[in-house]
Amino acid sequence: MNTTRRTVLKSATASGVLAGLIAAGALRPTQVLAADWNKAAFEAHDTAGALKGIGAGTPAESKDLILKVPDIAENGAVVPVDVVSNIPNTSSISILVDKNPSPLCAHFDFANGALADVSARLKMGQTSLVKAVAKADGKFYTAQKEVKVTVGGCGG
Amino acid sequence: MADPMKIRAQLKGDVTEVRILMGHAMETGQRKDAAGKTIPPHFIQSMTVDVGGKKVIDGQIGTSVSRNPVFGFKMKGAKVGDKVVVSWIDNKGDKRTDEVAVA
Amino acid sequence: MKQSLIGALCVIVGVGSAFAQTPAKKPATKAAVKATPAPAAEVKDAATLEFEKFRAEMEDSNPAELFEAKGEEQWKAKRGPKNVSLAETCDLGQGIGKIEGAYVKMPRYFSDADAVMDAERRIVWCMVEKQGYKFDDIAKQPFANETFTPDITNLVTYVAGQSRKMKIDVPLKDPKVREAYEMGKAIAAYRAGPYDFSCNTCHGVDGKRIRMQNLPNLSTPQGAMSGVQGWPGYRMTGGVMLTHQWRMGDCFRQQRFPQPKYASDAVAYLLTYMIGNANGQVYKGPGIKR
Repeated sequence: MNTTRRTVLKSATASGVLAGLIAAGALRPTQVLAADWNKAAFEAHDTAGALKGIGAGTPAESKDLILKVPDIAENGAVVPVDVVSNIPNTSSISILVDKNPSPLCAHFDFANGALADVSARLKMGQTSLVKAVAKADGKFYTAQKEVKVTVGGCGG
Repeated sequence: MADPMKIRAQLKGDVTEVRILMGHAMETGQRKDAAGKTIPPHFIQSMTVDVGGKKVIDGQIGTSVSRNPVFGFKMKGAKVGDKVVVSWIDNKGDKRTDEVAVA
Repeated sequence: MKQSLIGALCVIVGVGSAFAQTPAKKPATKAAVKATPAPAAEVKDAATLEFEKFRAEMEDSNPAELFEAKGEEQWKAKRGPKNVSLAETCDLGQGIGKIEGAYVKMPRYFSDADAVMDAERRIVWCMVEKQGYKFDDIAKQPFANETFTPDITNLVTYVAGQSRKMKIDVPLKDPKVREAYEMGKAIAAYRAGPYDFSCNTCHGVDGKRIRMQNLPNLSTPQGAMSGVQGWPGYRMTGGVMLTHQWRMGDCFRQQRFPQPKYASDAVAYLLTYMIGNANGQVYKGPGIKR
Protein backbone atom coordinates (compact mmCIF):
# COMPACT_ATOMS: atom_id res chain seq x y z
CA MET A 1 0.00 0.00 0.00
CA ASN A 2 0.95 3.57 -0.42
CA THR A 3 2.35 4.52 2.93
CA THR A 4 3.24 8.04 1.88
CA ARG A 5 -0.37 8.74 1.14
CA ARG A 6 -1.52 7.46 4.44
CA THR A 7 1.01 9.45 6.39
CA VAL A 8 0.01 12.58 4.56
CA LEU A 9 -3.59 11.88 5.35
CA LYS A 10 -3.07 11.42 9.00
CA SER A 11 -1.73 14.92 9.24
CA ALA A 12 -4.25 16.40 6.88
CA THR A 13 -7.44 14.76 8.21
CA ALA A 14 -10.41 14.37 5.95
CA SER A 15 -13.56 16.41 6.25
CA GLY A 16 -15.29 16.36 9.62
CA VAL A 17 -18.52 15.06 8.13
CA LEU A 18 -16.86 11.97 6.77
CA ALA A 19 -14.86 11.43 9.89
CA GLY A 20 -18.14 11.55 11.78
CA LEU A 21 -19.78 9.07 9.47
CA ILE A 22 -16.93 6.69 9.83
CA ALA A 23 -16.93 7.05 13.57
CA ALA A 24 -20.65 6.32 13.52
CA GLY A 25 -19.96 3.18 11.52
CA ALA A 26 -22.06 4.41 8.60
CA LEU A 27 -19.20 3.76 6.23
CA ARG A 28 -17.50 0.45 6.33
CA PRO A 29 -13.82 1.11 5.95
CA THR A 30 -13.41 -2.03 3.85
CA GLN A 31 -15.34 -0.29 1.08
CA VAL A 32 -14.45 2.96 -0.62
CA LEU A 33 -12.45 5.02 1.76
CA ALA A 34 -13.28 8.65 1.33
CA ALA A 35 -11.15 9.32 4.37
CA ASP A 36 -8.25 8.17 2.24
CA TRP A 37 -8.63 11.19 -0.01
CA ASN A 38 -5.32 12.99 -0.20
CA LYS A 39 -6.57 16.41 0.78
CA ALA A 40 -3.15 18.06 0.82
CA ALA A 41 -2.39 16.96 -2.73
CA PHE A 42 -5.82 17.60 -4.21
CA GLU A 43 -6.21 21.00 -2.62
CA ALA A 44 -2.73 22.19 -3.57
CA HIS A 45 -3.02 25.23 -5.82
CA ASP A 46 0.08 24.59 -7.87
CA THR A 47 1.73 21.60 -9.48
CA ALA A 48 4.71 21.66 -7.13
CA GLY A 49 2.38 21.43 -4.15
CA ALA A 50 0.37 18.64 -5.74
CA LEU A 51 3.52 16.68 -6.55
CA LYS A 52 4.75 17.13 -3.02
CA GLY A 53 1.36 15.97 -1.78
CA ILE A 54 1.64 12.67 -3.62
CA GLY A 55 5.22 12.29 -2.47
CA ALA A 56 6.64 12.73 -5.95
CA GLY A 57 8.90 15.76 -5.47
CA THR A 58 10.67 16.22 -8.78
CA PRO A 59 9.86 13.21 -10.94
CA ALA A 60 12.20 12.18 -13.76
CA GLU A 61 10.99 12.48 -17.35
CA SER A 62 10.36 9.11 -18.94
CA LYS A 63 9.64 8.08 -22.51
CA ASP A 64 8.09 4.90 -21.20
CA LEU A 65 5.24 6.85 -19.73
CA ILE A 66 2.81 7.52 -22.54
CA LEU A 67 0.33 10.34 -22.27
CA LYS A 68 -2.33 10.52 -24.94
CA VAL A 69 -4.23 13.83 -25.04
CA PRO A 70 -5.58 15.93 -27.89
CA ASP A 71 -3.37 18.78 -29.16
CA ILE A 72 -6.51 20.90 -29.22
CA ALA A 73 -9.46 20.11 -27.00
CA GLU A 74 -12.84 20.28 -28.63
CA ASN A 75 -14.26 21.45 -25.32
CA GLY A 76 -12.35 22.31 -22.18
CA ALA A 77 -15.12 20.80 -20.08
CA VAL A 78 -14.39 17.29 -21.35
CA VAL A 79 -10.80 16.55 -22.34
CA PRO A 80 -10.04 12.87 -22.88
CA VAL A 81 -6.80 11.66 -21.32
CA ASP A 82 -5.20 8.27 -21.58
CA VAL A 83 -2.07 7.27 -19.66
CA VAL A 84 -0.10 4.07 -20.16
CA SER A 85 3.06 3.29 -18.24
CA ASN A 86 5.51 0.82 -19.71
CA ILE A 87 7.79 1.28 -16.73
CA PRO A 88 8.06 -2.09 -14.97
CA ASN A 89 6.32 -2.38 -11.59
CA THR A 90 4.28 0.80 -12.00
CA SER A 91 2.11 0.92 -8.90
CA SER A 92 0.29 4.21 -9.39
CA ILE A 93 -0.51 6.90 -11.93
CA SER A 94 -1.50 10.48 -11.20
CA ILE A 95 -2.84 13.00 -13.70
CA LEU A 96 -2.37 16.75 -13.34
CA VAL A 97 -3.40 19.85 -15.25
CA ASP A 98 -0.80 22.52 -14.59
CA LYS A 99 -3.00 25.60 -14.84
CA ASN A 100 -6.14 24.30 -13.19
CA PRO A 101 -7.03 25.91 -9.85
CA SER A 102 -6.20 22.58 -8.23
CA PRO A 103 -3.81 20.80 -10.60
CA LEU A 104 -4.15 17.23 -9.29
CA CYS A 105 -7.06 15.62 -11.14
CA ALA A 106 -6.83 11.96 -10.27
CA HIS A 107 -4.60 9.38 -8.67
CA PHE A 108 -4.92 5.64 -9.16
CA ASP A 109 -3.21 2.83 -7.23
CA PHE A 110 -2.99 -0.49 -9.01
CA ALA A 111 -3.15 -3.98 -7.51
CA ASN A 112 -4.07 -7.59 -8.30
CA GLY A 113 -3.50 -7.66 -12.03
CA ALA A 114 -4.39 -4.07 -12.90
CA LEU A 115 -2.36 -2.75 -15.82
CA ALA A 116 -0.86 0.71 -15.58
CA ASP A 117 -3.29 1.95 -18.19
CA VAL A 118 -6.05 4.41 -17.33
CA SER A 119 -8.30 6.80 -19.17
CA ALA A 120 -10.35 9.66 -17.80
CA ARG A 121 -11.93 12.94 -18.90
CA LEU A 122 -10.87 16.21 -17.41
CA LYS A 123 -11.92 19.81 -17.16
CA MET A 124 -9.41 22.35 -18.32
CA GLY A 125 -9.95 26.01 -17.59
CA GLN A 126 -7.42 27.14 -20.17
CA THR A 127 -4.60 25.98 -22.42
CA SER A 128 -2.18 24.12 -20.19
CA LEU A 129 0.36 21.37 -19.81
CA VAL A 130 -1.15 18.06 -18.82
CA LYS A 131 1.15 15.84 -16.79
CA ALA A 132 1.16 12.18 -15.94
CA VAL A 133 3.17 10.92 -13.00
CA ALA A 134 3.88 7.24 -12.45
CA LYS A 135 5.36 5.56 -9.43
CA ALA A 136 7.43 2.42 -9.93
CA ASP A 137 9.64 0.71 -7.35
CA GLY A 138 9.42 3.78 -5.15
CA LYS A 139 10.59 6.16 -7.85
CA PHE A 140 8.52 8.76 -9.68
CA TYR A 141 8.45 9.43 -13.42
CA THR A 142 6.64 11.99 -15.51
CA ALA A 143 5.52 12.87 -19.03
CA GLN A 144 3.74 16.01 -20.18
CA LYS A 145 1.98 17.49 -23.19
CA GLU A 146 0.28 20.77 -23.93
CA VAL A 147 -3.43 20.82 -24.67
CA LYS A 148 -4.90 23.90 -26.29
CA VAL A 149 -8.35 24.84 -25.16
CA THR A 150 -10.37 26.68 -27.77
CA VAL A 151 -13.46 28.75 -28.09
CA GLY A 152 -16.06 26.78 -29.93
CA GLY A 153 -18.83 27.67 -32.30
CA CYS A 154 -22.48 26.70 -32.23
CA GLY A 155 -24.15 23.84 -30.45
CA GLY A 156 -23.15 21.31 -33.07
CA MET B 1 -29.98 9.22 -4.34
CA ALA B 2 -27.18 8.72 -6.76
CA ASP B 3 -27.98 7.34 -10.17
CA PRO B 4 -26.72 3.90 -11.20
CA MET B 5 -23.41 3.65 -13.01
CA LYS B 6 -23.01 2.03 -16.38
CA ILE B 7 -20.17 -0.47 -16.30
CA ARG B 8 -18.78 -2.55 -19.11
CA ALA B 9 -16.16 -5.23 -18.58
CA GLN B 10 -14.93 -7.14 -21.58
CA LEU B 11 -12.28 -9.79 -21.86
CA LYS B 12 -10.19 -9.29 -25.00
CA GLY B 13 -7.42 -11.87 -25.29
CA ASP B 14 -5.99 -11.96 -21.77
CA VAL B 15 -6.80 -8.34 -20.97
CA THR B 16 -10.06 -7.25 -19.39
CA GLU B 17 -11.14 -3.73 -20.27
CA VAL B 18 -13.35 -2.01 -17.74
CA ARG B 19 -15.23 1.09 -18.77
CA ILE B 20 -17.25 3.05 -16.21
CA LEU B 21 -19.76 5.89 -16.60
CA MET B 22 -20.83 7.67 -13.43
CA GLY B 23 -23.66 10.16 -13.06
CA HIS B 24 -22.34 13.00 -10.92
CA ALA B 25 -22.35 16.81 -11.06
CA MET B 26 -18.65 17.09 -10.08
CA GLU B 27 -19.14 20.66 -8.91
CA THR B 28 -15.83 22.46 -8.49
CA GLY B 29 -16.96 24.95 -5.89
CA GLN B 30 -15.73 27.71 -8.17
CA ARG B 31 -18.84 28.31 -10.18
CA LYS B 32 -21.66 30.68 -9.46
CA ASP B 33 -25.33 30.09 -10.03
CA ALA B 34 -27.64 32.45 -11.93
CA ALA B 35 -28.14 34.50 -8.77
CA GLY B 36 -24.40 34.96 -8.37
CA LYS B 37 -24.13 32.61 -5.42
CA THR B 38 -21.19 30.23 -5.32
CA ILE B 39 -22.25 26.64 -5.92
CA PRO B 40 -20.62 24.56 -3.18
CA PRO B 41 -18.19 21.84 -4.22
CA HIS B 42 -19.78 18.45 -4.74
CA PHE B 43 -17.57 15.83 -6.27
CA ILE B 44 -16.58 12.19 -6.10
CA GLN B 45 -13.42 11.77 -4.04
CA SER B 46 -12.73 8.08 -4.02
CA MET B 47 -13.53 5.11 -6.17
CA THR B 48 -12.56 1.49 -6.20
CA VAL B 49 -12.78 -1.35 -8.68
CA ASP B 50 -12.85 -4.88 -7.27
CA VAL B 51 -12.68 -7.85 -9.61
CA GLY B 52 -13.28 -11.39 -8.42
CA GLY B 53 -13.27 -10.18 -4.82
CA LYS B 54 -9.92 -8.41 -5.01
CA LYS B 55 -9.24 -4.71 -5.15
CA VAL B 56 -7.74 -3.85 -8.52
CA ILE B 57 -8.04 -0.07 -8.65
CA ASP B 58 -7.97 2.31 -5.72
CA GLY B 59 -8.63 5.77 -7.09
CA GLN B 60 -8.82 9.25 -5.68
CA ILE B 61 -10.25 12.05 -7.75
CA GLY B 62 -10.63 15.78 -7.54
CA THR B 63 -12.79 18.55 -8.93
CA SER B 64 -10.97 18.61 -12.28
CA VAL B 65 -12.62 15.39 -13.39
CA SER B 66 -15.45 16.16 -15.83
CA ARG B 67 -19.11 16.13 -14.89
CA ASN B 68 -20.59 12.64 -15.38
CA PRO B 69 -17.15 10.99 -15.13
CA VAL B 70 -15.90 8.37 -17.52
CA PHE B 71 -13.03 6.03 -16.60
CA GLY B 72 -11.28 3.20 -18.38
CA PHE B 73 -9.04 0.58 -16.77
CA LYS B 74 -7.34 -2.58 -17.90
CA MET B 75 -6.31 -5.71 -16.05
CA LYS B 76 -4.98 -9.20 -16.51
CA GLY B 77 -6.08 -12.35 -14.76
CA ALA B 78 -9.85 -11.97 -14.85
CA LYS B 79 -12.16 -14.58 -16.35
CA VAL B 80 -15.51 -14.30 -18.06
CA GLY B 81 -18.16 -14.20 -15.35
CA ASP B 82 -15.93 -12.65 -12.69
CA LYS B 83 -17.76 -10.02 -10.73
CA VAL B 84 -16.63 -6.43 -11.25
CA VAL B 85 -17.73 -4.18 -8.39
CA VAL B 86 -17.30 -0.44 -8.67
CA SER B 87 -17.91 1.92 -5.76
CA TRP B 88 -17.57 5.62 -5.29
CA ILE B 89 -18.10 8.10 -2.50
CA ASP B 90 -18.26 11.88 -2.74
CA ASN B 91 -17.33 14.75 -0.46
CA LYS B 92 -20.83 14.87 0.99
CA GLY B 93 -20.82 11.19 1.82
CA ASP B 94 -23.16 10.19 -1.02
CA LYS B 95 -22.10 6.85 -2.42
CA ARG B 96 -22.95 4.26 -4.95
CA THR B 97 -21.95 0.67 -5.71
CA ASP B 98 -22.79 -1.19 -8.91
CA GLU B 99 -21.58 -4.42 -10.39
CA VAL B 100 -21.37 -6.29 -13.64
CA ALA B 101 -19.89 -9.61 -14.77
CA VAL B 102 -16.90 -9.81 -17.10
CA ALA B 103 -18.21 -10.62 -20.57
CA MET C 1 -31.99 28.33 -21.15
CA LYS C 2 -30.28 31.44 -20.07
CA GLN C 3 -28.50 32.42 -23.17
CA SER C 4 -31.09 34.44 -24.97
CA LEU C 5 -30.58 37.82 -26.48
CA ILE C 6 -26.87 37.99 -26.30
CA GLY C 7 -25.28 39.56 -29.27
CA ALA C 8 -23.15 36.58 -30.04
CA LEU C 9 -24.14 34.50 -32.97
CA CYS C 10 -23.12 31.56 -30.92
CA VAL C 11 -22.73 32.04 -27.26
CA ILE C 12 -19.20 31.63 -26.13
CA VAL C 13 -19.17 28.84 -23.68
CA GLY C 14 -16.86 25.97 -23.16
CA VAL C 15 -13.66 27.72 -22.37
CA GLY C 16 -13.42 29.43 -19.05
CA SER C 17 -16.73 27.82 -18.54
CA ALA C 18 -15.46 24.56 -17.19
CA PHE C 19 -14.68 26.35 -13.99
CA ALA C 20 -16.31 29.69 -13.88
CA GLN C 21 -19.32 29.72 -16.06
CA THR C 22 -21.93 31.92 -14.66
CA PRO C 23 -24.49 30.89 -17.22
CA ALA C 24 -23.12 32.43 -20.38
CA LYS C 25 -23.19 36.10 -19.85
CA LYS C 26 -19.99 36.97 -21.51
CA PRO C 27 -19.77 39.98 -23.73
CA ALA C 28 -21.00 39.42 -27.16
CA THR C 29 -18.77 38.79 -30.06
CA LYS C 30 -20.14 38.93 -33.48
CA ALA C 31 -18.67 35.85 -35.01
CA ALA C 32 -18.49 36.00 -38.71
CA VAL C 33 -19.67 33.01 -40.62
CA LYS C 34 -16.77 32.53 -42.91
CA ALA C 35 -17.21 31.07 -46.30
CA THR C 36 -14.11 29.32 -47.47
CA PRO C 37 -13.82 29.16 -51.23
CA ALA C 38 -13.98 25.43 -51.06
CA PRO C 39 -15.13 22.75 -53.41
CA ALA C 40 -18.17 20.70 -52.49
CA ALA C 41 -16.25 18.49 -50.10
CA GLU C 42 -15.99 19.57 -46.48
CA VAL C 43 -12.70 21.24 -45.75
CA LYS C 44 -11.13 19.84 -42.65
CA ASP C 45 -8.50 21.86 -40.93
CA ALA C 46 -5.95 20.46 -38.50
CA ALA C 47 -8.18 21.15 -35.50
CA THR C 48 -11.12 19.27 -36.97
CA LEU C 49 -8.91 16.31 -37.74
CA GLU C 50 -7.57 16.42 -34.20
CA PHE C 51 -11.12 16.40 -32.78
CA GLU C 52 -11.99 13.44 -34.95
CA LYS C 53 -9.12 11.37 -33.56
CA PHE C 54 -10.90 11.40 -30.22
CA ARG C 55 -14.44 11.19 -31.58
CA ALA C 56 -14.69 7.40 -31.58
CA GLU C 57 -13.44 7.17 -28.02
CA MET C 58 -15.81 9.89 -26.90
CA GLU C 59 -18.75 8.23 -28.62
CA ASP C 60 -17.84 4.82 -27.27
CA SER C 61 -18.02 6.03 -23.68
CA ASN C 62 -20.83 8.50 -23.85
CA PRO C 63 -22.64 9.73 -20.73
CA ALA C 64 -25.78 9.72 -22.90
CA GLU C 65 -26.04 6.08 -21.84
CA LEU C 66 -26.87 7.19 -18.32
CA PHE C 67 -29.91 9.05 -19.64
CA GLU C 68 -30.84 6.20 -21.92
CA ALA C 69 -30.95 3.89 -18.91
CA LYS C 70 -33.26 6.26 -17.07
CA GLY C 71 -35.45 6.61 -20.14
CA GLU C 72 -35.80 2.84 -20.39
CA GLU C 73 -36.97 2.69 -16.81
CA GLN C 74 -39.45 5.49 -17.41
CA TRP C 75 -40.71 3.99 -20.66
CA LYS C 76 -41.53 0.73 -18.92
CA ALA C 77 -42.92 2.12 -15.68
CA LYS C 78 -46.59 2.75 -15.03
CA ARG C 79 -46.76 6.49 -14.62
CA GLY C 80 -48.94 9.55 -14.88
CA PRO C 81 -52.51 10.20 -13.71
CA LYS C 82 -53.72 7.16 -15.66
CA ASN C 83 -50.98 4.95 -14.26
CA VAL C 84 -50.09 3.20 -17.49
CA SER C 85 -46.73 2.65 -19.12
CA LEU C 86 -45.73 3.99 -22.50
CA ALA C 87 -44.53 0.49 -23.32
CA GLU C 88 -48.11 -0.78 -23.13
CA THR C 89 -49.85 2.22 -24.72
CA CYS C 90 -47.63 4.27 -26.98
CA ASP C 91 -47.43 3.66 -30.73
CA LEU C 92 -44.41 5.27 -32.34
CA GLY C 93 -45.51 4.17 -35.77
CA GLN C 94 -44.40 0.55 -35.57
CA GLY C 95 -47.19 -0.71 -33.32
CA ILE C 96 -47.83 -0.26 -29.62
CA GLY C 97 -44.69 -0.59 -27.55
CA LYS C 98 -42.50 -1.35 -30.56
CA ILE C 99 -39.60 0.98 -30.44
CA GLU C 100 -36.85 -0.79 -32.29
CA GLY C 101 -36.17 1.24 -35.40
CA ALA C 102 -38.99 3.67 -34.64
CA TYR C 103 -36.76 6.71 -34.19
CA VAL C 104 -35.22 6.56 -37.66
CA LYS C 105 -38.68 6.28 -39.24
CA MET C 106 -39.88 9.55 -37.76
CA PRO C 107 -41.12 12.20 -38.35
CA ARG C 108 -44.15 10.45 -39.77
CA TYR C 109 -47.86 11.07 -40.01
CA PHE C 110 -50.02 9.77 -37.16
CA SER C 111 -53.69 9.58 -37.99
CA ASP C 112 -54.77 9.36 -34.34
CA ALA C 113 -53.26 12.80 -33.79
CA ASP C 114 -53.79 13.98 -37.36
CA ALA C 115 -50.31 15.43 -37.39
CA VAL C 116 -46.81 14.82 -38.61
CA MET C 117 -44.72 14.15 -35.53
CA ASP C 118 -41.08 13.80 -34.76
CA ALA C 119 -40.11 11.35 -32.03
CA GLU C 120 -40.18 13.86 -29.20
CA ARG C 121 -43.51 15.32 -30.23
CA ARG C 122 -44.98 11.83 -30.49
CA ILE C 123 -43.78 10.74 -27.06
CA VAL C 124 -45.18 13.93 -25.57
CA TRP C 125 -48.47 13.15 -27.30
CA CYS C 126 -48.46 9.68 -25.74
CA MET C 127 -47.65 11.08 -22.31
CA VAL C 128 -50.62 13.44 -22.61
CA GLU C 129 -53.15 11.18 -24.33
CA LYS C 130 -52.25 7.86 -22.79
CA GLN C 131 -50.72 8.65 -19.43
CA GLY C 132 -52.79 11.72 -18.69
CA TYR C 133 -50.02 14.24 -18.17
CA LYS C 134 -50.80 17.85 -18.97
CA PHE C 135 -49.08 19.24 -22.04
CA ASP C 136 -48.49 22.59 -20.40
CA ASP C 137 -46.68 20.93 -17.52
CA ILE C 138 -44.31 19.16 -19.90
CA ALA C 139 -43.87 22.27 -22.04
CA LYS C 140 -43.07 24.44 -19.05
CA GLN C 141 -39.50 23.19 -18.91
CA PRO C 142 -39.11 20.78 -21.80
CA PHE C 143 -35.30 20.82 -22.05
CA ALA C 144 -32.52 19.96 -19.67
CA ASN C 145 -30.32 22.35 -17.81
CA GLU C 146 -27.45 21.65 -15.44
CA THR C 147 -29.67 20.81 -12.53
CA PHE C 148 -32.70 19.28 -14.21
CA THR C 149 -33.31 16.73 -16.93
CA PRO C 150 -36.96 16.34 -17.95
CA ASP C 151 -38.37 12.83 -18.29
CA ILE C 152 -39.13 13.49 -21.94
CA THR C 153 -35.42 13.92 -22.64
CA ASN C 154 -34.62 10.58 -21.05
CA LEU C 155 -37.46 8.94 -22.98
CA VAL C 156 -36.36 10.36 -26.33
CA THR C 157 -32.80 9.28 -25.63
CA TYR C 158 -33.95 5.75 -24.86
CA VAL C 159 -36.10 5.54 -27.97
CA ALA C 160 -33.29 6.96 -30.13
CA GLY C 161 -30.92 4.36 -28.72
CA GLN C 162 -33.25 1.66 -30.05
CA SER C 163 -32.42 2.78 -33.61
CA ARG C 164 -28.65 2.45 -33.37
CA LYS C 165 -26.90 1.64 -36.62
CA MET C 166 -30.15 1.82 -38.57
CA LYS C 167 -30.83 3.73 -41.74
CA ILE C 168 -32.83 6.94 -41.65
CA ASP C 169 -36.10 6.21 -43.39
CA VAL C 170 -38.56 9.10 -43.13
CA PRO C 171 -41.65 8.12 -45.17
CA LEU C 172 -41.46 11.03 -47.59
CA LYS C 173 -43.78 9.26 -50.02
CA ASP C 174 -46.65 9.80 -47.64
CA PRO C 175 -48.33 12.98 -48.97
CA LYS C 176 -48.80 14.37 -45.45
CA VAL C 177 -45.13 13.87 -44.70
CA ARG C 178 -44.20 15.35 -48.07
CA GLU C 179 -46.26 18.40 -47.29
CA ALA C 180 -44.50 18.75 -43.94
CA TYR C 181 -41.16 18.38 -45.70
CA GLU C 182 -41.98 21.21 -48.10
CA MET C 183 -43.10 23.40 -45.22
CA GLY C 184 -39.87 22.64 -43.42
CA LYS C 185 -37.90 23.51 -46.51
CA ALA C 186 -39.67 26.86 -46.66
CA ILE C 187 -38.99 27.53 -42.95
CA ALA C 188 -35.30 26.74 -43.47
CA ALA C 189 -35.18 29.34 -46.23
CA TYR C 190 -37.18 31.99 -44.40
CA ARG C 191 -35.06 35.10 -43.82
CA ALA C 192 -36.03 37.40 -41.00
CA GLY C 193 -34.95 38.89 -37.72
CA PRO C 194 -32.48 41.67 -36.92
CA TYR C 195 -29.71 39.90 -38.83
CA ASP C 196 -31.90 38.95 -41.76
CA PHE C 197 -30.85 35.34 -41.26
CA SER C 198 -32.36 32.09 -42.35
CA CYS C 199 -31.35 28.56 -41.35
CA ASN C 200 -29.86 28.33 -44.81
CA THR C 201 -27.58 31.32 -44.25
CA CYS C 202 -25.39 29.01 -42.21
CA HIS C 203 -26.64 25.59 -43.22
CA GLY C 204 -27.67 25.84 -46.85
CA VAL C 205 -24.38 25.77 -48.73
CA ASP C 206 -21.15 23.81 -48.56
CA GLY C 207 -17.93 24.84 -46.93
CA LYS C 208 -19.04 27.23 -44.20
CA ARG C 209 -17.75 27.25 -40.71
CA ILE C 210 -17.99 29.24 -37.54
CA ARG C 211 -14.80 29.45 -35.54
CA MET C 212 -13.65 25.85 -35.28
CA GLN C 213 -16.91 24.25 -36.29
CA ASN C 214 -17.73 23.18 -39.79
CA LEU C 215 -21.33 23.91 -40.64
CA PRO C 216 -23.13 21.11 -42.41
CA ASN C 217 -25.14 21.84 -45.53
CA LEU C 218 -28.51 20.45 -44.57
CA SER C 219 -29.73 20.22 -48.14
CA THR C 220 -27.36 17.33 -48.89
CA PRO C 221 -27.77 13.80 -47.49
CA GLN C 222 -24.37 13.83 -45.78
CA GLY C 223 -24.81 17.35 -44.49
CA ALA C 224 -28.29 16.62 -43.22
CA MET C 225 -26.96 13.50 -41.54
CA SER C 226 -24.31 15.41 -39.67
CA GLY C 227 -27.11 17.63 -38.44
CA VAL C 228 -29.17 14.63 -37.40
CA GLN C 229 -26.36 12.51 -36.04
CA GLY C 230 -25.70 12.96 -32.42
CA TRP C 231 -29.18 14.14 -31.42
CA PRO C 232 -30.33 13.55 -28.85
CA GLY C 233 -26.88 14.46 -27.65
CA TYR C 234 -24.86 14.76 -24.51
CA ARG C 235 -23.57 18.29 -24.61
CA MET C 236 -20.08 18.60 -23.16
CA THR C 237 -20.75 22.24 -22.39
CA GLY C 238 -22.64 22.05 -19.14
CA GLY C 239 -22.81 18.27 -19.31
CA VAL C 240 -26.48 18.13 -20.21
CA MET C 241 -28.55 15.84 -22.39
CA LEU C 242 -30.40 17.73 -25.13
CA THR C 243 -32.75 16.73 -27.90
CA HIS C 244 -33.14 17.53 -31.57
CA GLN C 245 -36.16 19.69 -30.69
CA TRP C 246 -33.89 21.72 -28.42
CA ARG C 247 -31.39 22.13 -31.24
CA MET C 248 -34.04 23.59 -33.53
CA GLY C 249 -34.98 26.12 -30.88
CA ASP C 250 -31.33 26.98 -30.41
CA CYS C 251 -30.95 27.75 -34.11
CA PHE C 252 -33.94 30.05 -33.82
CA ARG C 253 -32.29 31.74 -30.88
CA GLN C 254 -29.09 32.20 -32.82
CA GLN C 255 -31.06 33.77 -35.64
CA ARG C 256 -32.72 36.09 -33.11
CA PHE C 257 -36.08 34.58 -33.92
CA PRO C 258 -38.75 34.09 -31.28
CA GLN C 259 -38.62 30.56 -29.86
CA PRO C 260 -40.80 28.09 -31.71
CA LYS C 261 -43.53 26.52 -29.61
CA TYR C 262 -42.48 23.25 -28.02
CA ALA C 263 -43.60 20.15 -29.89
CA SER C 264 -45.27 22.32 -32.53
CA ASP C 265 -45.96 21.89 -36.23
CA ALA C 266 -43.14 24.26 -37.16
CA VAL C 267 -40.50 22.20 -35.39
CA ALA C 268 -41.91 18.95 -36.74
CA TYR C 269 -41.80 20.42 -40.26
CA LEU C 270 -38.20 21.55 -39.91
CA LEU C 271 -37.21 18.16 -38.56
CA THR C 272 -39.04 16.45 -41.40
CA TYR C 273 -37.03 18.49 -43.89
CA MET C 274 -33.75 17.91 -42.13
CA ILE C 275 -34.14 14.24 -41.22
CA GLY C 276 -35.86 13.52 -44.53
CA ASN C 277 -32.81 14.86 -46.36
CA ALA C 278 -30.74 12.34 -44.44
CA ASN C 279 -32.76 9.36 -45.68
CA GLY C 280 -30.56 6.37 -46.40
CA GLN C 281 -27.79 7.46 -44.02
CA VAL C 282 -26.96 5.34 -41.00
CA TYR C 283 -27.88 6.74 -37.58
CA LYS C 284 -25.35 5.93 -34.90
CA GLY C 285 -27.57 6.61 -31.90
CA PRO C 286 -27.53 9.24 -29.16
CA GLY C 287 -24.40 11.28 -29.52
CA ILE C 288 -21.93 13.49 -27.79
CA LYS C 289 -21.71 17.12 -28.77
CA ARG C 290 -19.24 19.86 -28.18
